[in-house]
Amino acid sequence: MNRRRRRRLAAFKAVVYVVLGLFFLLPIAAMVEFATRGVGISSPRTLTAFTSIGSDPELVDAITASLELAVITSLGMLALLLPTMIWIRLRVPQMVRPVELVCLTPLTIPAIVLVVGFAPIYNWIEINVSDSILMLALAYLVLVLPYCYRALDAGLSAVDIRTLSEAARSLGASWATVMWRIIVPNMSSAVSNACLLCVAVVLGEFTVANLLNFENLQVAISILGTGNASVSIALAVVSLVFVFFFLLLLSFLGRALSRRRGGAARA
Amino acid sequence: MKGSAARATCLGLALTVVGTLAACGGSSDSSWSNVTSAASNGGMSALVTAAKAEGQLNVIALPLNWANYGAIIKDFSAKYGIKVNQANPQGSSQDEVNAVNSEKGTSKAPDVLDIGMAVAWANTSLFAPYEVSEWSSIPANQKDAGGLWYQDYGGYMSIGYDSSKYTVTSVADLLTPAFKSAVALNGDPTEANAALNGVMLASLANGGSISNIGPGVSFFKQLNAAGNFVPVTATAATIDNGTTPVVFDWDYLNSASVVNLPSWKVFVPSNAILGGYYAQAITKTAPHPAAARLWEEYLYSATGQNLWLQGGARPVEMTAMQANGSLNQTYAAALPAVSGSPVTLDQSQASAAASYLASNWSAAVGS
Amino acid sequence: MTAVAVSETEYVRRPLGGRLRISSAWLGAAPFLLYTGLFLFLPTVLVAVGAFSGPHGPTLANLAQLSRPYVVSAFLNSLVLSAVSASVGAVVGSVLAYAVATGSPDGILRRLVTAFCGVLSQFGGVTLAFAFIATIGTEGFIVIWLQQHGIRFYPNGVWLFSLTGLTLIYTYFEIPLMVIVFMPALDGIRPQWREATETLGGGTWHYWRHVAGPLLMPAFLGAWLLLFANAFSAYATAAALLDIGGVIVPLQISRALSSEVGLDQANFAAALALGMVVIVAIITLLYARLQRRSARWLPR
Repeated sequence: MNRRRRRRLAAFKAVVYVVLGLFFLLPIAAMVEFATRGVGISSPRTLTAFTSIGSDPELVDAITASLELAVITSLGMLALLLPTMIWIRLRVPQMVRPVELVCLTPLTIPAIVLVVGFAPIYNWIEINVSDSILMLALAYLVLVLPYCYRALDAGLSAVDIRTLSEAARSLGASWATVMWRIIVPNMSSAVSNACLLCVAVVLGEFTVANLLNFENLQVAISILGTGNASVSIALAVVSLVFVFFFLLLLSFLGRALSRRRGGAARA
Repeated sequence: MKGSAARATCLGLALTVVGTLAACGGSSDSSWSNVTSAASNGGMSALVTAAKAEGQLNVIALPLNWANYGAIIKDFSAKYGIKVNQANPQGSSQDEVNAVNSEKGTSKAPDVLDIGMAVAWANTSLFAPYEVSEWSSIPANQKDAGGLWYQDYGGYMSIGYDSSKYTVTSVADLLTPAFKSAVALNGDPTEANAALNGVMLASLANGGSISNIGPGVSFFKQLNAAGNFVPVTATAATIDNGTTPVVFDWDYLNSASVVNLPSWKVFVPSNAILGGYYAQAITKTAPHPAAARLWEEYLYSATGQNLWLQGGARPVEMTAMQANGSLNQTYAAALPAVSGSPVTLDQSQASAAASYLASNWSAAVGS
Repeated sequence: MTAVAVSETEYVRRPLGGRLRISSAWLGAAPFLLYTGLFLFLPTVLVAVGAFSGPHGPTLANLAQLSRPYVVSAFLNSLVLSAVSASVGAVVGSVLAYAVATGSPDGILRRLVTAFCGVLSQFGGVTLAFAFIATIGTEGFIVIWLQQHGIRFYPNGVWLFSLTGLTLIYTYFEIPLMVIVFMPALDGIRPQWREATETLGGGTWHYWRHVAGPLLMPAFLGAWLLLFANAFSAYATAAALLDIGGVIVPLQISRALSSEVGLDQANFAAALALGMVVIVAIITLLYARLQRRSARWLPR
């Protein structure tokens, strides 16, 4: 890449980051500004809204439950969706479009309607299996399908899986080896983005948990926030920051894991 | 949910193992499920013992700053050691009934409901009859004769406003240019009870009547044309922030805003006094029937009623309590002054108003 | 030669004329199909059944209600809102994704931006509406600040409290979503493509128009479709911002399901939801056709 193009690219990136950075950070700044106002026009700024969140035991329970759900859903998604997507692209190409449509369906139906369909199933589950909040993972796995499918698909489209798999098979590799040791390492950014989305969706999910009377993180925040406007906005900001740091942590974890596995050579 | 929706739900259940659902639900094996009054089953002490044994109560759609429910829940929980599980705090009355149907048989089903009259009238088949000890203190026209529902608190539709910026002496004031981008409702009138009553207030103040909400819709149309109407749903946050400095809402909900905004005042027009009460009910399929009944006894005791009064709502036993001296005079004096006789929407008037709004509200304010 | 060798290998590996292989291939997709069958197909069927149910048995009355003018206009509003916010989100999002993807793949900036986009892509509802109200609402701090410098932000009415404002607010979560789902495709850009274009004498414009653009188009369109569906079914933000009566379909659904003032209309809600599914299915079919044309020459 020559110097002129590099400079142009750098300038372009600077403009993009500044403009979009402002666009995204200003509303959050406004929320913080509101949450730190004192009562009355001329009161000094205060952090009481933030500190009063404190260590409410219900909130701690809800956070734990949400984190567990996030992990379970991500693992479930990786176990269910990823192999299926690779498999159908390799072996059953006529299923690719139908599966794509199926994966988009959870997003086309508003959550409030989807819950009407989930309710009888969850009623049965709660009575006959378990009424633990972790049962929500079953519904969440469906809810993350659209996002994770798209992220994984973008990664798969950049990898010539047919050639890779044929080469590997002709050298005697089993299908499992082809999938996990050849294709997946070549789409690591897609897999990590899919997991990221999974975690973000589960930690931010409100409607389904609320209407099925489960108390996950967002529902707990909603309950606590009904008392006081500043507290509800402070809670929202804290929730955003918490999820942000959790996702950041995950991205470092992902790098550590893939380094340890030694990854296949990038094609 | 009636008829068809319930049938759709049942169809879903039929596709799974229905038989197990016929069994008793949740953890309640107590005999309190069919008890219609405390006295008939061992009195209050027996009720308290049974409720404590159950240890939990499932409530739904009770925001903490709604008529002082935060303090009520805290006090009840501390007094009896019963954990109150809250669900869906911003839910509507219909959401409560939907939850009763969808959670039937599980341990998370709502035990007690606090719902608007329209939803109460339509869903009496879900309620268990019960008469609290103070039954006779509730006026006859504010309870179901069979004990299925009983009104709990109410108030008058009012206009709350930030007195540091505005002065409101009549509903017509709101049409003046001083109120540019200032007036809001507390929800969508085609969906929410409080907002529908807000439009009805405007109607009463502009020549309409309890059976005709048309002038109210025209009023808001004018308001919108003048640029005075803000379509944002008024919440504590938008009031504090100043985006919705004038709000049509129940007086007890408006008075809750004074805590965060000391200059907030509540105005009830003298020529349009529109009252509205909510109602309590115990669900037939309550997983904690004793705790549910204890909750109702608590709410209708002087303690409970006075806590609602503290929240700015008018408790249903107000007249009786005034007579026997148990009404908290400080809180009573803080209520907005109202002179004149209030009107209330009955079942047919409510649905007539709702249908009119469904066809005309969007056109009036959706510019 | 190569062709003969490949077919020989295939012949050796498919002794029963291929039929046995095909059915075991379908088995590979079975877990996914079973799971979605139970947790997606079943709820959708329940909803669809509800759309055709009435108080006296099966009926088309709910679907007939869909032809009412206010329902039709709600669908049109929803379509325009979703298409515009998806398009803006897709374009701006891909620009941001490109900016990030051309940086260091293990750098801290990429991790920060990705985590940030992950959080914001799921940020919505009452809180998001309030965040915008607090920024550029009538008392928003930017509006006040500009007022102090003599600039009126809203000379012609407050456009934030309208479908236009809602579209802007939707881009707040559409752009980050685009970044997350499109970046893997950008990561797949090979430097060889650029080198090949330059060897043949093409510049930046040629590169994007004839090489990278078409190669990325399938992923771009797929992401656009996701953004569209995401905006189409979102409702909590609209509910907080616009209480002017069901201007978009999800608000109509919420009214039908949760209304405190009308008769219970759960079946009408189901009919509306069915309408939404049909519309997205149609758009997906158009997208599939577009994909087939644009990906015709790609090795698949």
